[in-house]
Amino acid sequence: MVDIRHGTGEQIGPAEVEDVELYHPHSWWTRYVFSQDAKIIAVQYASTAIAIGMVALVLSWLMRLQLGFPGAFAFIDAERYYQFITMHGMIMVIYLLTALFLGGFGNYLIPLMLGARDMVFPYANMLSYWLYLLAVLVLVASFFAPGGPTGAGWTLYPPQAVLSGTPGGKDWGIILMLSSLILFVIGFTMGGLNYVVTVLQGRTRGMTLMRMPLTVWGIFTATVMALLAFPALFVACVMMLFDRVLGTSFFMPAIVEMGEQLQHGGGSPILFQHLFWFFGHPEVYIVALPAFGIVSDLISTHARKNIFGYRMMVWAIVIIGALSFIVWAHHMYVSGMNPYFGFFFATTTLIIAVPTAIKVYNWVLTLWRGDIHLTLPMLFALAFIVTFVNGGLTGLFLGNVVVDVPLSDTMFVVAHFHMVMGVAPILVIFGAIYHWYPKVTGRMLNEAMGQLHFWVTFVGAYLIFFPMHYLGLIGMPRRYYEMGEAAFVPASAHTLNEFITIMALIVGAAQVVFLFNLIWSIRHGREAGGNPWRATTLEWQTPETPPRHGNWKELPVVYRWAYDYSVPGAAEDFIPQNQPGSAGLASEEAS
Amino acid sequence: MSVSLVFLAVILLIAGWWLAHQRLFSKPWLEVGHTHDPRPHGPPVIAPAQIGLGVFLVVVGALFTLFISAYFMRMASTDWWSTPMPRILWLNTAILGLGSLLLHAARVTAEQHREETSRTALIAALASGLAFLAGQVFAWSELTDAGFLIADNPANSFFYMITGMHGLHILGGLFALTRVILKTRAGPIGEKGVLSITLCATYWHFMLAVWLVLFALFSGWANDFVELCRQLLT
Repeated sequence: MVDIRHGTGEQIGPAEVEDVELYHPHSWWTRYVFSQDAKIIAVQYASTAIAIGMVALVLSWLMRLQLGFPGAFAFIDAERYYQFITMHGMIMVIYLLTALFLGGFGNYLIPLMLGARDMVFPYANMLSYWLYLLAVLVLVASFFAPGGPTGAGWTLYPPQAVLSGTPGGKDWGIILMLSSLILFVIGFTMGGLNYVVTVLQGRTRGMTLMRMPLTVWGIFTATVMALLAFPALFVACVMMLFDRVLGTSFFMPAIVEMGEQLQHGGGSPILFQHLFWFFGHPEVYIVALPAFGIVSDLISTHARKNIFGYRMMVWAIVIIGALSFIVWAHHMYVSGMNPYFGFFFATTTLIIAVPTAIKVYNWVLTLWRGDIHLTLPMLFALAFIVTFVNGGLTGLFLGNVVVDVPLSDTMFVVAHFHMVMGVAPILVIFGAIYHWYPKVTGRMLNEAMGQLHFWVTFVGAYLIFFPMHYLGLIGMPRRYYEMGEAAFVPASAHTLNEFITIMALIVGAAQVVFLFNLIWSIRHGREAGGNPWRATTLEWQTPETPPRHGNWKELPVVYRWAYDYSVPGAAEDFIPQNQPGSAGLASEEAS
Repeated sequence: MSVSLVFLAVILLIAGWWLAHQRLFSKPWLEVGHTHDPRPHGPPVIAPAQIGLGVFLVVVGALFTLFISAYFMRMASTDWWSTPMPRILWLNTAILGLGSLLLHAARVTAEQHREETSRTALIAALASGLAFLAGQVFAWSELTDAGFLIADNPANSFFYMITGMHGLHILGGLFALTRVILKTRAGPIGEKGVLSITLCATYWHFMLAVWLVLFALFSGWANDFVELCRQLLT
């Protein structure tokens, strides 16, 4: 059945979308610092996120040094260890992953991929970045505050988070942490409004929703989720700030501390857990959905093949987004909740595996008999699929209450979430940076350094996190500063811990190569040209590379979907989205 | 969390309804060469700013819904006794409603090009907003004078926290309103001015609705309603 609706394309005039009024910068300051151009804001977001991410990387080194060689480094005492854990987790999840995917890639790619000149509210977009920077600075300030940063764990569970036994609990640490999160949420809301409204209203002529690249679908859905989920974090932070500063008892039960009855009483720590995970679980998918979208585009482009099951991919993104709001309590199986709730949440958790598995199958089927180019972005995309499947499968273990309860406090959980929401999205971020760096700077990243970076990172990450599954299964607890003498922990487990630590140091060092590559290639990289990957999406069709302020001379018109690769009969193996007509496509078969 | 889930379900229904009109079942790989754009030509029917405000109000709605969820969950514990409502809150409610009416009037008169009336209404709305905030602060001081301090009881804590959060949102609205007043202070109010006034009015109506829900919540009527719903469900 051939049912291609051909159009001539000539009937469509180019200027049917109203041109937006662009903000025009007049000085160096407003052009590069207080810029309202989404591309500059994207680079600002990404640089800040990577910078604070490097801090979190060093913190993970310090943590691993203590776990691998307990007591060998005198300055890592128990208090510091908990501070390192907490800040590492919080920075990586919120200030690196969320900010980089939505603030970084969202800002850069949404306007360009949709054929818009900029975001719809450039001023709010700029404010969004500056509030994010302020949030990061407040967070960093807590390292220098009396008592140091909070050591409550990245989940900040009360009552321990605001008690004197926890580092930063009675000092500035927890106050600065909560303030920083509140600022982050306000800043994100400003950016998030932009991303959503730009997708709704800023698309160029012909760019229907079902022609959007999956990257935009992923970022769009994740933003909608974030706008609905972050208020829960906001509420939890405000309430805990009240408990800590004003002495209210939202979360604080009656407590005797150091033989002294505190003035709190009657509060519910479980209430905090509900609020936190109502945000916390969607957060996993706020990070994962943009990664899903980006990886789909990377695979399709570098396998020179259209994405398998585009519609299914879109539906899966939307369904995952909706489902992720009703699974939050699977993080609370050990909180003593009603077993029927546990049953309900285990069921929804396992259901979410269905659309996720569909996505994985579709990626693999896209690769099937594709013209696979093992470029750096492709290597990272392939590594992502493997890693995500790995982490996803252990997620099925932990989604079941009976399996989760004994494993909940062990290294197994650490291995699981690092695989699925640490390593996997980070691999996509790397792939995406190697993919879009030529558009941002006009030059390619160095290939040799990139290969070194990829192989050390990919193999190294497995050598770090795979053994942790075994450590978890023999019952090695997570969150412990040191194990001491425990009969169930064999000597080989300690050797394994040393090995993991050494690997962590090596993988961390490989990131320095990456950073060097990022800076070195700005000047010395190979000239990329406008479309080095021969990709179809609009961002590669800009008149200039890097795109200048306003992106386009004349707004592009979209005539096809984003995945016209290796179309039979076509002159080249890709047809850009803005190419009119259907020359040579008559032989294409309809599904 | 059931209140939040109901709110979320409503939002998801609206989003689903919108998505259902986006040709999700089309086969984009077959539609080559066309623009196939269902959107009407020319400038968008609804201004981006209006959609932006709509999305923002959803976020604000989610925020207050979560506060209310927390309120109900915390209420279940035994150390809860309700805070008495100062009488002035009735006056404040009336003032906030008056502000809503004034902004509505400002929008209508601006559309009819009766600039002077519209400007007067805007300034009166600003005054009523300030009066509302002053009234809220007065209500707080009345409560503290009567010995209902913030940390004494969770009901008090929630009252101060949520009214404070609502007040902050009103304050933000007043900033926006002041900007609109300054922008439209001279000459004819153009299309952009009317849009700005409309946005202010929408925001005000929404914050009035939020306040009415909160007032009902603190006065205890919402509890009866929730109890009724619970009995209907079980």
